[in-house]
Amino acid sequence: MNDQGAAYWSATLRLLGGILAVWFICSFGAGILFADALNSIKLGGYPLGFWFAHQGSIYIFIALIFIYAKLMGDLDRKFDVHEE
Amino acid sequence: MDLQTTTYLVVGASFALYIGIAIWARAGSTSEFYAAGGQVPPVMNGMATAADWMSAASFISMAGLIANMGYGGGLFLMGWTGGYVLLAMLLAPYLRKFGKFTVPQFIGDRFYSKSASTVAVICLLTASLTYIIGQMTGVGVAFSRFLNVSSDTGIYIGQAIVFLYAVFGGMKGITYTQVAQYIVLICAYIVPAVFISLNLTGNPIPQLGLGSTMSGSDIALLTRLDTVVTELGFGKYTTTTAGSTLNMFVYTMSLMIGTAGLPHVIMRFFTVPKVADARSSAGWALIFIALLYTTAPAVAAMAKYNLHATVNTAVAKGGDLYAPEASIKAEDRPDWMKRWEKTGLLKFKDANGDGRIQFYNDKTKNPEAKAKADAAGWKGNELTVNADIIVLANPEIALLPNWVIALVAAGGLAAALSTAAGLLMAISSAVSHDLVKGIFAPDISEKNELLAGKISMAVAIVVSGYLGLNPPGFAAGTVALAFGIAASSLFPAIMMGIFSKKMNKEGAIAGMLAGLFITLFYVFAHKGIFFIKGTDFLPMIGGANSFFGITPEAFGAVGALVNFAVAFIVDKMTKEPPEHIQAMVEAVRVPRGAKVVDGAH
Repeated sequence: MNDQGAAYWSATLRLLGGILAVWFICSFGAGILFADALNSIKLGGYPLGFWFAHQGSIYIFIALIFIYAKLMGDLDRKFDVHEE
Repeated sequence: MDLQTTTYLVVGASFALYIGIAIWARAGSTSEFYAAGGQVPPVMNGMATAADWMSAASFISMAGLIANMGYGGGLFLMGWTGGYVLLAMLLAPYLRKFGKFTVPQFIGDRFYSKSASTVAVICLLTASLTYIIGQMTGVGVAFSRFLNVSSDTGIYIGQAIVFLYAVFGGMKGITYTQVAQYIVLICAYIVPAVFISLNLTGNPIPQLGLGSTMSGSDIALLTRLDTVVTELGFGKYTTTTAGSTLNMFVYTMSLMIGTAGLPHVIMRFFTVPKVADARSSAGWALIFIALLYTTAPAVAAMAKYNLHATVNTAVAKGGDLYAPEASIKAEDRPDWMKRWEKTGLLKFKDANGDGRIQFYNDKTKNPEAKAKADAAGWKGNELTVNADIIVLANPEIALLPNWVIALVAAGGLAAALSTAAGLLMAISSAVSHDLVKGIFAPDISEKNELLAGKISMAVAIVVSGYLGLNPPGFAAGTVALAFGIAASSLFPAIMMGIFSKKMNKEGAIAGMLAGLFITLFYVFAHKGIFFIKGTDFLPMIGGANSFFGITPEAFGAVGALVNFAVAFIVDKMTKEPPEHIQAMVEAVRVPRGAKVVDGAH
């Protein structure tokens, strides 16, 4: 792989790492591991930990995919590997 | 018009629509049959993926299980949506760039070995067949209520319809039909939820209604539900976890990586025109899926509340839940209960002979609830409601108009049929394309390849229908097993194929076999060998859930770890993949140069 290609791949891996961190924190973190602690906070009638498990993480997942698609598109163009 | 006639009309009209579209878009060539010629735009593809994805398990079974499980049911919600993030980032764009249209083809080419591809076919068939068993259970429930027959007869009729339906068109026919099915099923899910949310909380949006206060009071719906179910001896709704935190964690993980490893979902991303479209396609699919998945928790909690309120008048009015007159008289029970009793999925038994229905948890560990039940002279729970009927019965429980009930029946059938069709496509392409054409008879004619595909569909339907008569669990639980199998076998292999240049064929094959074997071993120990009743061997592994309290449905994540570990160890001990394979992996990692998928080798 040439230098340009290696740089593109490591930039891609950094982006994936960042998104996976958010993905993990909101679902496994807020929705499962820390749900009990968060439940003392109320979001309307929802205990917050319960809300993350039953609603919140899903909204965040959607946002994550579109953010990823956008940033990845930018990366493709920056490294000139996008599709014509 | 009475309920039965309305149901026939609505279901009939929806079927006419699907069949009409299937005929209009009939597939010609094999490439169209499997991948719609790579020409489906992202939003459309997203909608079809959503229909494909949201099976009888999501539509019919999931909310019922959440109603039973409470907070712990969130593992289905997170697990079956979070996997799309993994799919969009880790697999879809690279597989699209790779440009083949089946998963075994990718594994066979990447790991330069027909054996690898054969192992992938075995993994794929095991996962897909298990998945279809769950679908058949759901189909049985939907048809039994719809035609007023027992759930066994429902399965027989369902088998016949699924067969006709799946052999009709290929992926292209299915793609456009699935767009129509998505629209039917999402309306069917949301319309009753809106009615019920409005009734209970005055807020028409179910996602907000679930977090609102009850109409005419300042107590939150969830708080009231917590109070009622705890008092009746059930676990507190908003905090009861699924087994243990560890189990919930691995269960969720297993569903997520299973989602990313399920062949019939991955196949969808081969049908978009460009690599960039494969990325956003997953996002569109998730938006359409989320419409149902964020509504489901509201359906679950509200159905649970309504069910209790139906049999115990003190739930809505307040007062003592254990007062004798609070439980309704059996002879006054609503018509919907009588209708569901015919299917055998709802049962009433007057344990203490007082002519009233007492619905509570008689196995409670809560001493207060137990003392109250004993004092009231309750001699055991008298109402059993199969979790799989909650969604279909939901509009009836809430006494909604007939057309809504009919719409839900049509939606349930759409969900079950669309997924069964997608899975059968995956099975038929694995058998005809990867196994017969790829390995046994490379010079088979296009016509015979299609025929082999159709025969394998028929076999899959018969086998899954048979096993669906004695399902290993509720529809959603059975489907979760399929995810565990995909998670432990296919996901790690595909992932290593893309992210590790040095992974060789020995590593991948050993990994897949180890992951599949250990997962099946644990699952079969609980559920019987190949899910045949009476062949389970729990004592051999030291009792149920003996591995750190992890349930068989959740075991896929452990299997995936084993897969990764075995693959890396074997990889280190054998020689690295040839130069051209490493170059191919590098090429797959950049989007430029993506071609339309082709089937020829």
